[in-house]
Formats: sequence, structure tokens, C-alpha cells
Amino acid sequence: MSVKRGSRIFRAVWMALVLVFLYAPILVMIGLSFNASVSRSQWAGFTLRWYGELFRDPVILGALETTLEVAVIATIASTIIGTLGVIGMHAMKKGMADLLINVSYLPMTTPDIVTGVSLMLMFLFAKVPLGKWTMIMAHIAFDIPYVLFSVMPKLRQMNPNLYEAALDLGCHPMKALYKVIIPEITPGIFTGAMLAFTMSLDDFVISYFTSSDMYPNLSRIVYSSTKLGVKPTMYALSTLMFVSILLLLILINRRTKLEELS
Amino acid sequence: MKRSWYATPYALWMLLFAVVPLVFVLWYAFTTPDGAFTLSNFAEFSKPRYAAVIIRSLKLAVYCTALCLLIGYPTAWFLAGRGLNRTQSLVVLILLPMWMNLLLRTYAMMTLLDDNGVINSALAALHLGQIKFIGTEGAVLMGLVYNYLPFMVLPIYTVLKKMDWSVIEAAEDLGANPLRVMSRVVLPMSVPGIVSGVTMVFMPAVTSFAISTLLSNGKLRLAGDLIDYIFNQSSNPNRWNIGSSFSLMMLVLILISIGFLRKVDPDNQGGGLW
Repeated sequence: MSVKRGSRIFRAVWMALVLVFLYAPILVMIGLSFNASVSRSQWAGFTLRWYGELFRDPVILGALETTLEVAVIATIASTIIGTLGVIGMHAMKKGMADLLINVSYLPMTTPDIVTGVSLMLMFLFAKVPLGKWTMIMAHIAFDIPYVLFSVMPKLRQMNPNLYEAALDLGCHPMKALYKVIIPEITPGIFTGAMLAFTMSLDDFVISYFTSSDMYPNLSRIVYSSTKLGVKPTMYALSTLMFVSILLLLILINRRTKLEELS
Repeated sequence: MKRSWYATPYALWMLLFAVVPLVFVLWYAFTTPDGAFTLSNFAEFSKPRYAAVIIRSLKLAVYCTALCLLIGYPTAWFLAGRGLNRTQSLVVLILLPMWMNLLLRTYAMMTLLDDNGVINSALAALHLGQIKFIGTEGAVLMGLVYNYLPFMVLPIYTVLKKMDWSVIEAAEDLGANPLRVMSRVVLPMSVPGIVSGVTMVFMPAVTSFAISTLLSNGKLRLAGDLIDYIFNQSSNPNRWNIGSSFSLMMLVLILISIGFLRKVDPDNQGGGLW
């Protein structure tokens, strides 16, 4: 009995330590973002001053706009391209479809840094100046696989006879697509779009290589700021980014288990 | 219009923005700035300052993988086991960081470890002197483990979760002690998860970018930082070519790891991406 109890305590302590390791740095940073003092050793009272400064800083506001614009455009484009891709591949012969699906594993397997560098090389070679649009192209490319792998299972689960039945009953293929297939895969499309949006907000490495200091996104701002020493506004900014990504992830997790997505 | 044509934008986009860029890397890696074929870009790596970075990257990635396995295995085992309250929330909590911005998490870690960061400020307040974390390999290693630990937990957890627990009960009934059950039953059954976890940690760790720059104040570069340096800061006229050959080597290293993974775990029981 005591061995069992001992192992239960060990288990609880172990899990607690792992959670502290994973979350203490984040929580400390969130705490510091509300600290009235610039010092990291003294708690000088609660303040929202850094958040106020954040929203008065034109550079940060510009970066926020860039980040959101990139995420929204990339989400819309990748959701459309990815969903159409799934519908198209579903109608293909298996060999061809498998080949196309495998292309989606490419950006997921390639290390981010290589993806970033390879896109940068291509843009520079083609004399396309790095900026917002190059970043958007890159984001669409890494978002598409997330949409693809969220929508595909839904279409595979669907009873193929439904679509055939619609056609047999005289439904135009276009209408059958709209009336039969789309409603069936809508949950997958939503999950895919949310994942794409989150991944876009979350990305640092690929954005870093495909954008420029002229049009920085938020992570780029945080990265350049680290070279200039501590700025509590960066804690405030990081906190806001953390919280929004966390909320999005929780929402996604309610639709589909995160552990099955990775 | 045939329905299969709907996949055209997908095929074009992925071709242009996922396949073609890699062809550029391949092309630049094997050519001089004039476009002539050469292997000399790869010879750059024998230069001591580059070689040192590669050796450091490999070393820290191995340490990081080992530490993640040591911490991650028991964690996955406890998560998969029975009798833990609110297991599902715990699983989510431990896996969430996987999806969260690496830069922000490293920045948070930096806040703790900085020379006048939280830990050192606390030590100073207690008159315990100072510990220099930033700039040491230890700090970088800690940053790597902190970022990649969940990638080890997930595949092992997935395998252990699917494991047939009656096999363990059978071993226990037949008189095996807990240590023997662990070493003869559980560990062998979780090999696919371990291999998957090792690859999922080793790969990003060895190519990692920014973690080390932040936690060493730019002093200790890892492979990813070196690629960034070659492309964006060096003044070498061959920098695109050298940078590409370096990126290509990273890619080959990753492909070898994946090939190894496929061999050990052909049915992809460990989950993960491949």
C-alpha cells in the first residue's frame, strides 16, 4: 500500500515540476508586463502603462496591422485553395492523389529555416522585393497543408453514394458539390481555417526570412527588440500574443483534439 | 469541368512555393555565383569557425534529445496511465506549448535567465551573488529542452495510450516485478514512440534558429543561426551558394533521420508527421 502511495506522490510531484518548467517562464513574463517598475526584481505595483504605450507606438501598431493582414489573407487563400484541393484530389485516381498529398508533407518536414531560406532565395532571384506580399505567399504555402489535413478526413468519412445519388436524381455536379459535399466538410473547413490563422500568427522563422524590416510583423519586432535590452512593452506585446494564440488553440482543441493534429 | 481540376490551384501553389524554392537551394548549393558547377561550397564547412558551429549544434541537439527523453518518457507514461485526475486537461496543457511561438517562449526563458533577470535578481536580493547563465551552453540547452520537450511527450504518449494494458497485467500476474515489466514489456512496446519523439526533437533542435542567439547574446551560434548569418550578414560574394549548401546539408540530415524513422517504425505507430 505504501509503495503505491509513494508512487502516486512521485507522479504528482513529477507532473507538477514539468508543468512549472513549461509554464513558469510564460507566467513570470505575463506578471512582469503588469509591473509598474522596469526592474525585473521589484514589484512596484500593478499598472497597465506598458499596454497603453504599446497601443500608442506607431511601429508596433503597424506591425500588428501587418501581422493581422497577413494572417487574414493567408487564411482565406489557403482555406479556399486547400478545400478545392481536397475536393479535386478526392475525384482523382489514387496514385495521382497520393502524389499530390505527399507534396503537402514537404513543408511540414522541411525545417522552417530551410523553408524560409529557400523562399527568400527564390524571391531574391526573381527580384521580388521582400515585404508583406512575399510573406503572404509564404504563409499561404505553409497554411495549405493544415487545411488539407483538416478537411480530408471529413471528405473520406462521407458516404460516396450521397454524391452519386444527387447526380442520379438529376442534380447538376456543381449544385451537388454545393449542396452535398460542402455541408459535409464544413466542420473540417472551419478547423482548417482556424489552424491556418493560428499558425500564421504564431510563425516567426519563415516570416523572418520572407519579410523585411520595412514591413515587420510582430515576431520580427520582438526579435529585433531583444538586441536592445529589456522593454516592458515587449512583455506586454508578448503577453497579448500568447493569450490570443492560447485562446485560439483552446477553441481548436474543442473542435478536434490537438494531439491528433500534430 | 471535371472535379479533379479543382486541385489545380493547390498543385500550382505547392509547386511554386514548396517545391521550386527547394530546387533553388539545390541549384545554388552546387554552383558558383557565375552559375558554373562546383562542390567547393561544401568545402567551406571544414573552415574551423563553421565546423565549430556544426559540432556545437550536433552536440547540443544530442544532449537536448537525451534530456527530453529522460524527462518526457516518465511524463508520457504518467499521462497514459490510469488514476490521474483530469488527464485530458493535463495532456492539453503539456502539448499546448508545441503550438506556441518559439520566439516568445525563448524570450520568456531569457527573462528568467538574464544577467539581471528574474533568477539573478532574486539571488541578488538574497545576497547570494550572481550566476551567469546567458552565454553558457547550459542556458542554450535549457532553452532547447524547454522548446522541444512536448515534441517528445506526444508520440510516446500516443503509443502508450494505445498499448494493450492487459499485457502488462499478464506480466504482473505471471510474477514480473515492476522493473521487469517496464524493461521487458512497456519499453519494447513503446519503441516506435521513442524513435518518433527522438526524431521530432532532434530535427528542430539541430536546425534551431534564434533560441541560441537569444540565450547566448549572439555568442553561441547554432546551425540555424549560422545559415541566417551567412545569408543576411556575411559579406562573402558566394554567400547565397554557401548558405544554400549549408541548408541542403540540414535538409539531407533531416531526410536521413526520417528514413531511419520509417525503417524502425514502418506502420507509423508513433504518430507524428510521417
